[in-house]
Amino acid sequence: MESLTLSDVEQKYYSDLFVYCDTDNTKKVASNGRVLDLFRAAQLPSEVVLQITELCGATRLGHFGRSQFYIALRLIAVAQAGLPLRVESLNSVKDLPLPRFVVGKNEAEAKHAALYQDTDSQGLYPAPGAALIPRPPGRGHQNKKGPPSSASLPVHEVVQPQAPSIEPQPEPTSPVVSPHQSPPTSPASWRKHKRQHSGGNAERQPVAASAGAVWTHFREPQSVPVTGDGMWSSHSPPPPSQESWVSFTADTPPSSTLPAMHPSSVQESTTIRTLASAATTNEIQRQSSAYDDPWKITDEQRQYYINQFKTIQPDLTGFIPGSAAKEFFTKSKLPILELSHIWELSDFDKDGALTLDEFCAAFHLVVARKNGYDLPEKLPESLMPKLIDLDDSAEVPEPAADVGFSSSPVEVTTNKSPSMPSLNQAWPEMNQSNEQWETFSERSSSSQTLTQFDSNIAPADPDTAIVHPVPIRMTPSKIHMQEMELKRTGSEHNHPTSPLLAKPPELPEETAIKFVAANTVGEGYSSSDSFTSDQEPITRQRSQSGTSPEALKVVAPPPPPPRPHPSHSRSSSLDMNRTFAATSASGQPQASAIAYPPAVPPRPLPTQTSVPLSGHRVEAEGVAGSGAGLTTTSPQQIPQQPNFADFSQFKAFAASEQPVSLQEGDKHSEGGQGEKSLEVAAPLRSVKSDGPADERPAASVSSCKVSSGPLAPPPKPIRRRLKSEDELRPEDEQHGPQKSNVTAAVLAAQPSIPRSVGKDKKAIQASIRRNKETNTVLARLNSELQQQLKDLLEERISLEVQLEQLRPFSHL
Amino acid sequence: WRVGIAVIAKENYPLYIRSVASQSELKFHYTVHTSLDVVEEKISAVGKSLGDQRELYLGLLYPTEDYKVYGYVTNSKVKFVIVVDSSNTSLRDNEIRSMFRKLHNSFTDVMCNPFHNPGDPIQSKAFDGIVSGMMVQTG
Repeated sequence: MESLTLSDVEQKYYSDLFVYCDTDNTKKVASNGRVLDLFRAAQLPSEVVLQITELCGATRLGHFGRSQFYIALRLIAVAQAGLPLRVESLNSVKDLPLPRFVVGKNEAEAKHAALYQDTDSQGLYPAPGAALIPRPPGRGHQNKKGPPSSASLPVHEVVQPQAPSIEPQPEPTSPVVSPHQSPPTSPASWRKHKRQHSGGNAERQPVAASAGAVWTHFREPQSVPVTGDGMWSSHSPPPPSQESWVSFTADTPPSSTLPAMHPSSVQESTTIRTLASAATTNEIQRQSSAYDDPWKITDEQRQYYINQFKTIQPDLTGFIPGSAAKEFFTKSKLPILELSHIWELSDFDKDGALTLDEFCAAFHLVVARKNGYDLPEKLPESLMPKLIDLDDSAEVPEPAADVGFSSSPVEVTTNKSPSMPSLNQAWPEMNQSNEQWETFSERSSSSQTLTQFDSNIAPADPDTAIVHPVPIRMTPSKIHMQEMELKRTGSEHNHPTSPLLAKPPELPEETAIKFVAANTVGEGYSSSDSFTSDQEPITRQRSQSGTSPEALKVVAPPPPPPRPHPSHSRSSSLDMNRTFAATSASGQPQASAIAYPPAVPPRPLPTQTSVPLSGHRVEAEGVAGSGAGLTTTSPQQIPQQPNFADFSQFKAFAASEQPVSLQEGDKHSEGGQGEKSLEVAAPLRSVKSDGPADERPAASVSSCKVSSGPLAPPPKPIRRRLKSEDELRPEDEQHGPQKSNVTAAVLAAQPSIPRSVGKDKKAIQASIRRNKETNTVLARLNSELQQQLKDLLEERISLEVQLEQLRPFSHL
Repeated sequence: WRVGIAVIAKENYPLYIRSVASQSELKFHYTVHTSLDVVEEKISAVGKSLGDQRELYLGLLYPTEDYKVYGYVTNSKVKFVIVVDSSNTSLRDNEIRSMFRKLHNSFTDVMCNPFHNPGDPIQSKAFDGIVSGMMVQTG
C-alpha cells in the first residue's frame, strides 16, 4: 500500500470513521457493508467508489484494512474535491478537505432543531442509555467551543455528538461521525450546538475511540458522520429559525418538549431524525451559507406557517382579520407591545389584516422574538410579503408540519436548517401588487395554490393601501394625443366655462401650430381653402386643441412670440421688429410685432385702420403687388429696398405673425418688388424670393419660400402662405386685429413696383392673388383671434371670480 | 424647530405627548392642555367639516409665550396638537397641514393594529419615528 500521510485531523477523522465501520470491533478490519455504506454516503458515483475501492487495495485484499480504509477515505476526499483519482494524488494533494459523507436527508434538521432545543446544558444528545445522560450537560459544555477550524472542513454538520461530553476533548476540527441524536429540545441547545459543533466534533472522536460502545450505539442509527460545525458556526441565522421553531408549538415527533434529553426511547427516532436533519441541515447550510440572512424563512418553517394560517383562515389567499391574528399571536405569550410592533412590521399594506405572506412574516418574527432575537426596526427584506413558492417547500419534507400551534407555546421540534434560502428572495418585497402576483403565476407553479393566489390576490387587493400599479386612467393617451386634443377642444368648445372655446379655435397657442392657425383661420375661409386644405384638418385640430385648452387656461397670453422670429432669421430681424413696432405703434398697439416698415412709403398706414377690413385692403393691394408679401417684408427689412422685399417680407411676416399684415401691406406695395423683396429676403421668404429674382412667387406669404422660379408654383406659395399664416396665427391672437391692419399696412406700404413685366406680370398677378387670399385669411384670422382674446379675457375674469369664491377661507 | 407634538384622545386625556427635550416638558404639557379649550371651542363652533384643520394661533395662548399652537381634530374627536416656537417663522401653513396629515396617517396605522386598543397610549415605533422626523424637521 502506498504510504499515506495523514494530518492529525485526518488521522482522527479517519480513525473515527474506521471505528465506525468497525462494526465487528475488530479494530482491524472495517466491515465491508458499513464501509460501502459510508462510501455511498460520500455521494460519489458508484464507479468512483469502485475505483477507489480498487485503488486502495481493498479489492485486492478483499476487505478493508485500516490502511486501505484510510486510503479509501483519502481518495474519497480527492474525488470530492474534484480531482482525478490517482494513487499519486493520495499524498500529493495538499490541504485536501476531509471526505464528506452525507446522511440521508430529511428534515433531519428540523428534528435536529427540535432535538437541540433546550438548555444548553442539556446536551441534547439523547445519551444512549444512562451513561450518556450525564454527558449531555457536559456535552453542552463542550459544545461551547467556538467554531474552530472545523469551519474549514467541509464537513457535514455533525449533530452534536453525544460523545463530546463524554470526553471533553478539544479537538475541534475533526468532524466525526457523530451520533446525531439530538434530543428534541430547545433551540437554545441547538444554537449552542451549532457553535460548538466543532468542538463537539473534536470530542467525538476521542470519545468514539474511548467509548466505542457508546459511539456505536449512537452511531448505529447514523449512517454517516456528520459534521456540521463549520456550517453551523458559519450560520448564525439558523438559530433564530430553528429556535423559533421550537418556541412555538407543540413539537412533534421528537416530542420534544423535553428539555432533558431522553435517551433511549428518543434516541432511535431522534438519531434518525437528527441524522436526517443533520444531513439536510448540512446541505442546507451549505447552500444557505451564501445567503446569510437571519430572517429567511426556511421552507419547513414556511410550510408550518402556512399550516397555521390555514387553521385560522382556510383560504390561503384570503386575509386573517386583525382580531383573529391578535388572538393567535397572543398565544405566543409575547408582550403586547412586542406583538404590536411585530404587527406593525408585518402588516405591510396596513390594512388591518394579514395575508399569507404577512402572516408568515409575523409568525417568523414572533418565533425569532421568542428565541431571543430582537425585533428589527423595519421589516427585513426576506420577510417582505412575497409570493410563496410552494414548489420549494414541497421539496423539503415537512418536519414542521407536525407542529401545531397549541394554546401554550410549546417548543417546536422540527426545524429546518436555518437559512434555507427563501425561495422568494428574488421577489422584491412588494406589496401584493398585481404585478407581483402576475409574475408569480408566470412561474411554473407547482401547486394550485399559486394560481389561486394569483387570481385571488388581485381582487383581494383593492382595499389594501398599496395599490398595485394599474395605470389605466387618464386621459389623453399619447396615441391619441391629437384625438384627445381634438376631443378636448371639441369638448372645450362646448365647455361652458370656456366660452372662448366655442369660438373658432383660433387661438393657436401652440406655436407649432402655425399651420393650424392658418387652418383655423382658414376654416372660415373658403378662399383659403386651397392653403388650408392640406393641413387644415390637422392643423385645425391642433389649433383647436391648442386653442381650446389655451383658451381656457391661457386667457390672454399672447400666442407664440411674434413670428418675426422666423422672418427675422432671414431678414433683418431687427428691422422687422422695428417695422412691426412701428406699425403697431402707429396703428394697432397690439402685438403686431410686425413692425411696419417705416421705410415703406406707400400705405404704411392702412394697417392702422385695423382689422378685418385690412384684409380686404390687403387683398386689393395684394393684388396690386404679387410681391406684396415680399414687399411687406421688405419694408420691414427696410434698410433694404422696401419694395423688393415685398414678397419675402410678406412671407416673413406671415411667418412671424405679423407678416400677414405686412404681407398685406407688402402686397400692396408689392409690385414687382417681389424679386427684390425676395432678395431682401425677409426672413423666411427673402431667401427664396431673393433667389428667383423676378419672381414674385408667392410673395405673399407662401411666396417667400418659393425659391423656385419666378412663378413659384402656386402650391409653394400657398404653403408658404399657410405657413406664414400659421405663423401669423399664433401671433395673430395677440395682434388680432392688428394683424390685418399690419398686413394691410404692409401691403399698403408695399410700393407696388411693377417690376418685371411680361412673365413677371403673370407671376405677379398670381402672387397678388395669393396675397390677397392670404390677406383675407389673415384678416379673418385676425379678427377671430381678437375675438378669442376678448373671450379669453372674459373667461379669465370669471374664473378668477370663481376662484375667489371657492378659495376656502384660510382662517377660521 | 418644533416644540412638541401631542395626541389627545376624545376624552381629552393624552395618548401621546412628545416634545423636544430642550423645552421644559411641563410647560409644553401645560400649553397643550390649555390649547384643548380652544380646540373644543372651535369644534363646537364650526359645525361643518370636523376634519378641518384648525389653527390655534399665538393670540390664543398665553400671550407672553412665543408659541404657536396648531390644532387638528379627526373625525373621531382625537386631537393633534403641534406646538412650535414662534421664532420659527419659516413654518408655513401648508407645512403644518402636511404635518398633521402625516400624523393622521400614522395614527390611523396605529389604530389599525389589532394589538392596540383605542384609548391606550400610543406605543408604536412607527409612530414614534414619524413624530421624531417631524420634530427634527426644521421649520
